[in-house]
Amino acid sequence: MPYPSYMEESIRKVEATRERRLKEELPRIPVGERMPVLKAFHPDFIKACMRELLVGPNKGERTPNELADLLEGNSRIDPDKIDPELNSGVDYDVDVLVIGAGGAGASAALIAQETGADVLLVTKLRLGDANTVGFQGGTQAADRPDDSPALHYLDTMGGARFTNDPKLVEALVKDAPSVIKWLESLGVIWDKKPDGSMAEVALAGECVPRCHCCRDYTGLEVMRVLRDEVKSRDINYVEFAPAIELIMDEKGQVAGAVLVNLETNEPLLVRAKAVVTATGGIGRLHIQGFPTTNHYGATADGLVLAYRVGCPIVDLDTMQYHPTCAAYPLAILGLLVTEKTRGLGAQVLNIDGEQFAHPLEPRDVLAACIIRECKERGKGIATPTGQVGVWLDSPRIDMIHGEGTVAQNLPAMVRQFGRFNIDITKEPMLIYPALHYQNGGIKFSPDGSTPIPGLFACGEVEGGVHGKNRLGGNSTLDLFVFGRRAGRTAAKYAKGVKPGKLTLDHVRQWQRELKEAGLAEVRPISPKLLPDYARQPYDYLADYVTERLQPGQIKVA
Amino acid sequence: MLDIYIMGKRYQVPEGLTIQAAMEYCGYRLIRGCGCRAAFCGACGTVYNFKNDPTLRYALACQKLVEQDMYLTQIPFFPAAKPSYDLEKMEPTGEQILKIYPELLTCFGCNNCTKSCPQDLEVMWYMSDALRGDIKEVAIKSFDCIMCGLCAARCPQGLVPYNIALLCRRLYGRYVTPRSKHLDDRIAEIEEGKFDAEIKELQNMSLEELRQRFDKRKILKE
Ligand SMILES: Cc1cc2nc3c(=O)[nH]c(=O)nc-3n(C[C@H](O)[C@H](O)[C@H](O)COP(=O)(O)OP(=O)(O)OC[C@H]3O[C@@H](n4cnc5c(N)ncnc54)[C@H](O)[C@@H]3O)c2cc1C
Ligand code: FES
Repeated sequence: MPYPSYMEESIRKVEATRERRLKEELPRIPVGERMPVLKAFHPDFIKACMRELLVGPNKGERTPNELADLLEGNSRIDPDKIDPELNSGVDYDVDVLVIGAGGAGASAALIAQETGADVLLVTKLRLGDANTVGFQGGTQAADRPDDSPALHYLDTMGGARFTNDPKLVEALVKDAPSVIKWLESLGVIWDKKPDGSMAEVALAGECVPRCHCCRDYTGLEVMRVLRDEVKSRDINYVEFAPAIELIMDEKGQVAGAVLVNLETNEPLLVRAKAVVTATGGIGRLHIQGFPTTNHYGATADGLVLAYRVGCPIVDLDTMQYHPTCAAYPLAILGLLVTEKTRGLGAQVLNIDGEQFAHPLEPRDVLAACIIRECKERGKGIATPTGQVGVWLDSPRIDMIHGEGTVAQNLPAMVRQFGRFNIDITKEPMLIYPALHYQNGGIKFSPDGSTPIPGLFACGEVEGGVHGKNRLGGNSTLDLFVFGRRAGRTAAKYAKGVKPGKLTLDHVRQWQRELKEAGLAEVRPISPKLLPDYARQPYDYLADYVTERLQPGQIKVA
Repeated sequence: MLDIYIMGKRYQVPEGLTIQAAMEYCGYRLIRGCGCRAAFCGACGTVYNFKNDPTLRYALACQKLVEQDMYLTQIPFFPAAKPSYDLEKMEPTGEQILKIYPELLTCFGCNNCTKSCPQDLEVMWYMSDALRGDIKEVAIKSFDCIMCGLCAARCPQGLVPYNIALLCRRLYGRYVTPRSKHLDDRIAEIEEGKFDAEIKELQNMSLEELRQRFDKRKILKE
């Protein structure tokens, strides 16, 4: 399905302005002047879509309603039914349990094993079915001679309007080059110049090109290498077995987890001296109804697990909406169009083929500008299914860098739009912001530890590194930097810790609190595990059937 | 509305849905065969044909739109050989690959792998490149492989082309591509603490100073 004929008219305008736009560069909005457009148009600033949490370590703080529901959710388990088993018959007994096998979890598992720990890696879907496999644009590291970790530090802080934790950012930028090297030593094929030097591209908010790519299959390349390494080293792993609750010991240390076999509902108990959460993001909660770039299992589970053992979460009031995601065709709605596309020279255009924002504004600003262009100025292009979008002018890339550049650098994009008969080397893409990344997350320190002993965190599930807005290419860096650090710290901790008797008292306590706050009856079951996409329009069940269904299947408020 | 058949049973679904979305529309809750939903993870490789045309066709369920009279099924991940190895103790040679995957020798060029690839890769060609020990060619030709497993499912000789290609790419990245000197230099500089003072200085600035420094930084254009 190529573009419908009524859109062709606007595409003609895009073509007509292309020659002139070759030299046209709009000014960037200075940092001090970004607030008005953000406040008016960025989804984070829509007050009605957030509410204060009523229980737990972040009580009184605001977060999107969809996340608040889950953080205040009911446990899936009845501790009284599991407890007798806890201290007699666990299914696994290990030094380090890593929950979530994306890039962060795989890195943590590899390094924890190297540090001498007996490791178990468990995950919700298959190894590597994760946000990591989909990242395209790449990974930042200040390795060019004209770049420096200090500039990387400055860009990262400024991009987030100085809301990040400086110590975390320092760790991030200083570990970056060795992360690139580590991945190469595992066999990752980075884009390079003929002499072997790294070929960095510029993403938004970088003052020097700093982003390392493997064409636009960077995440795929990295994830398949890490997965192969995990298997090659015979690290024990269990797939389709999400964690549904953490286990603690009597000393208040995290000491394991309850997993569930997704297909058979069998519970599996893991005793572990240290637990690393690496469960990734939140996109499948579809906050404010936005489509998402995230994988099927991105449902904020790690936040819920950590919250219930009393671990605070930081910056839960901001989400990242990626400015350029497919708005057409419907089948790929929300598909990420990598920022590298803009890095290579694609401009963002309205229905008249005119620019309205610098294409390399930080993500929050550009997303807000696109929403403004469509919602306030009415200059978006409507699709047959009622979505609206603006153009991302990919053909301009070949005009600047020469024919074949798009095909060579953006093969995934060419293929994905090509499947729907849209040739992005010749036609622009219709795009709109989609829910992309959870900026905040579990509070943690540069060594990967959290305020709760025995609990470690890394990757998208943790917060503080990116403050209230993350720069492109910094998240994938984050997950390797802190994945490795958390793996190492957890393994060392596991060697020294004296575990106590296992208990699920914190779950009992949590349910009591919910009850006292009057929430137990009205909140859903969490963690959510998977989104509810299966259409079930049937209404024929007797009430007693609904009542006797698993609590997780009842939809409440 | 279109008629489709899921594991033999007829359903009606609207046009414009992917195979994945169509199954969900019919009430299936997907557990297997669904990952990125964006053609990156390879969880959803699938085969289908049509009511009146038995020829098997191959696709990604997250990308392929349903058509009238399609016969659909879900295939769980296909069992596949994946030996353990230590990249650090290997060499980027054809012998090395044959040592790990000796079954490569039994490929007789039926081309089923290529025909089944939803990424349109020349799988059989890079299997013969692997046989000849041309690791670079395998790395280049197989780079866009999402490891969906369809090639292995269709190989009459039990080869696992996607794992063989992965080993070649890892050897290529590790041993064949030239090293990046500026990367090694930078790692050494960081270890020597070359940037510590400057980062400390930034950390000690007031918010206003830091903001000014940020706004005034030079943005390099290439
Ligand atoms: C399409 C896309 C493109 C991106 N592009 C870039 C980019 O170019 N540059 C950049 O820096 N960042 C990018 N990002 C962001 C970045 O890729 C992610 O933030 C990062 O990969 C997260 O890694 P992770 O290991 O923390 O989480 P993930 O990779 O998502 O892994 C989390 C894992 O935990 C599992 N899990 C979840 N819940 C449970 C549970 N209860 N029990 C057990 N396991 C569980 C999941 O199934 C998954 O396997 C992109 C993200 C997406 C989605
Ligand atoms: S679900 Fe990942 S490739 Fe289709």
